[in-house]
Amino acid sequence: MKKFLAVLHARNMEFLRDRSALVWNLAMPFMLVFGLAFTFSGGNKDIYKIGVIGGIEQLTQAAPKLPTTQHLQFIPYDDLDAAINKVKHHQMDMLIDVSAAPKYWVNTSSPNGYLLERIIWGVGADKFERQAVEGAEIRYVDWFLPGILGMNMMFACLFGVGFVIVRYRKNGFLKRLKATPLGAFQFLFAQLISRLLLVVVITTIVYVGCDFFIDFNMQGSYGTLLLVTTLGAMSLISIGLLVAAHTASEELAGGMLNIVTWPMMLLSGAWFSLEGAQPWVQNIAEIFPLTHMISATRSIMNEGATLAQVMPDVWVLSLTSAVFLAIGAFVFKWE
Amino acid sequence: MRVSKPVLSKVEGYERSASPFDKLRANGFGSYTDIGNTMPPIITATDLVKQYPGVRAVDGINLAIPQGICFGLLGPNGAGKTTTIEMLEGIHQPTSGAVLYKGEPLGVRYREEVGIQFQHTALQDFLTVRETLKFFERLYAETLPIVEVIELCSLTDILDRDTRKLSGGQRQRLLLALALINDPDLIFLDEPTTGLDPQARRNFWDLVKLVKSRNKTIVLTTHYMEEAYALCDEIAIMDKGRIVSQGTPEQLLKDHFGDVVLQIPGDDAGGKLMQMDIGAVPAGELFEIKTNRLHHTLQQLMDNGINLDRLRIRAWTLEDLFINVTGKDKPN
Repeated sequence: MKKFLAVLHARNMEFLRDRSALVWNLAMPFMLVFGLAFTFSGGNKDIYKIGVIGGIEQLTQAAPKLPTTQHLQFIPYDDLDAAINKVKHHQMDMLIDVSAAPKYWVNTSSPNGYLLERIIWGVGADKFERQAVEGAEIRYVDWFLPGILGMNMMFACLFGVGFVIVRYRKNGFLKRLKATPLGAFQFLFAQLISRLLLVVVITTIVYVGCDFFIDFNMQGSYGTLLLVTTLGAMSLISIGLLVAAHTASEELAGGMLNIVTWPMMLLSGAWFSLEGAQPWVQNIAEIFPLTHMISATRSIMNEGATLAQVMPDVWVLSLTSAVFLAIGAFVFKWE
Repeated sequence: MRVSKPVLSKVEGYERSASPFDKLRANGFGSYTDIGNTMPPIITATDLVKQYPGVRAVDGINLAIPQGICFGLLGPNGAGKTTTIEMLEGIHQPTSGAVLYKGEPLGVRYREEVGIQFQHTALQDFLTVRETLKFFERLYAETLPIVEVIELCSLTDILDRDTRKLSGGQRQRLLLALALINDPDLIFLDEPTTGLDPQARRNFWDLVKLVKSRNKTIVLTTHYMEEAYALCDEIAIMDKGRIVSQGTPEQLLKDHFGDVVLQIPGDDAGGKLMQMDIGAVPAGELFEIKTNRLHHTLQQLMDNGINLDRLRIRAWTLEDLFINVTGKDKPN
């Protein structure tokens, strides 16, 4: 424990005294949140999203002209409650269920829902049974906040840990530590905890700071949010440790980290929802810890999901953390 | 005319101090093996081999280093000394052969009891000297009091300085302090004075001698021959992965150079010397004559009317030995 604490303290001091890196780690997420909040505050969309339960073929039989109408996007759903929830929060403009007698759900406070209702009446769906739902709109800033914070955490965890360890290996610091009784797992675990503390503290500061001006939507528990965020960060740091476990080349480490970060950046749902994307794309996205972290934090913040409801994501994040850290420690090379 | 006898045990400006090895030799032990019989080796290497693809870096090294001596490992670039020392340190695994510390394979105990100063190393950035010492102190189960290490290595004035802002000499003293912090029985110093100015180098030598006086065993690599001569009780010269010569500095010089070198300025007697069958060889502005029959050679010179007022007798050095056994011009 003494050795672990020694490494942890030394690494924390190194980070906190590196003022340029510290300022950058704090300033970057603030700039992203405010920049994107400003850029996308209009929320203009030129496509109406319609969830479909029962399949597009059934919908074609029920209202043949509807699926061919332009500027409508049809997204298949299986879970009725989850789909209704999206209509409630304005994340979807309408839900149509054609698995039995056709029905549709529309949010009475949604302008898009109002217009879409008039459109479907004109293309043969006027006989569908109307179900009204109510609920406040989730602003785009509320939707993308978990994504943007998750993205920032991803970069801080992967590059912050990966590059540091490769630098230590390259300049001979790891070789010096190898000559001491310090074990590989003690060293790696200290790096993990050090970065975890810093990332969680910085993310909390950014969240609180932005919340002061933007007043984010928060339906769920802060405790659950903290748990998911912590596990997500652990999982991402473990990937960073694994990538840096063997190489002494910063170029190679950078390439490997880019291979990991780019797919996560595009497919984890940080920037845009994957609803409506090809199933295989959605399946690939499920591999990434960032997908689970963002999905769970969005559910907690915007839909008030409980710990039990996000438990599948919690398990995935815990499992990936343990597996990546164990493999990283096993293949770790001091030189 | 008075001619002094060559002084083989003295390097200009620096005297060797008496060591346990010297005391044993004074008592009749003439070879390294004799010492091994009386003082159990602290570390031994048996048939040590390190094979890299296409290169046999170390080719069957056998060593037994007694406790309490300073052992020097010398060799030209590519001789395999760094690979050898890193296998002794436990940093690299040998392809074959064994390294034993106090009769046991290298393990956790070894990590606790060994101190290493690498030639190239880095420290955690943004920490002061004091914080760096505390950091390393916490990595060991048993340590010297930090105050003692600070005093021993003269770090008092720079305790609060960022380690990135230390001079070369200060940095080497800190690295030595880190190697000593666990009060090791065995200390490896890998080219510890490379890049230091002469004053800082000699200060570091004093420090090493102080450490040695505490009955610590030191394994030193260096490419400064005068450093090896000043500090080491025993040296081994490596070439092409093998030890080509090993023993005390004095014994090796005696074994390899039975003769002495007479130096005579060329402007005094160059022409006459070249005509004499005495083996005179031009060496810059001097002529050098190697002889193992000093009185006879001097008599010949005087008989031929050579002026001996400016005659000098040069002592053989480890550098001469190095060139002699490795065929290299320079150690590195």
